[in-house]
Amino acid sequence: MRDIRLLTNPFVPGMLIGPFANANPGLGGICTFVGEVRGEGGVEALELTHYEPLTLPGMEELADTACARFGLMGLLMVHRIGKLRCGEPIVCVSAAAKHRRGAIDAVDFCMDHLKSAAWFWKREKRADGWHWIEPRDQDHADLARWK
Amino acid sequence: MTARILFLGPLADLAGAAEMQAQTPLDWAGLLSLVNAETKAELQNERINVACGGKVLAVKSELMAQDGDEVALLPPVSGG
Repeated sequence: MRDIRLLTNPFVPGMLIGPFANANPGLGGICTFVGEVRGEGGVEALELTHYEPLTLPGMEELADTACARFGLMGLLMVHRIGKLRCGEPIVCVSAAAKHRRGAIDAVDFCMDHLKSAAWFWKREKRADGWHWIEPRDQDHADLARWK
Repeated sequence: MTARILFLGPLADLAGAAEMQAQTPLDWAGLLSLVNAETKAELQNERINVACGGKVLAVKSELMAQDGDEVALLPPVSGG
């Protein structure tokens, strides 16, 4: 079962993960990662913009690659766009496989690619206004692990 | 005969607008001539990608936008 989505409103990961597990009968393991907006450094809010014609097709392509590479039975990949407050879930990736290694690695792989290769731009609101978040070297190093 | 030009992410701040209309056919040099000096310099940086009609161009200087095309100027994604 595959479920790839962009969401404009807050979501509760548990509401997605339960049905996802049920939709993959016979699985051996599920690995789930949920990312939330960090409240450190005086961040009051986070805004994600994207480019519709590229972002979702890019996520679908990433899902194709992950499903093939890790032999997945199912993959859930949900990403928020729009304005988020601290503590809100921003991303949820859940992979179902026959064995644990495929599920764990697939989630790690998808997260590294969502972070540094998916078409999202983020800016943070702090007391002095909005600030765009620049790419970090660490993100590129994370991505290079899968080459 | 126009194309829609979109400035994504931080490029919108630099360009002073999130989008503009441009006469077609429009090539890369034509597009660069329509933006302010700061934006022009940034667009020429190799870290900026360009999509036309929903496809990222392998070589952005080969842009040739036709009537009805949407040209998206894509700065590096944020990560983090």
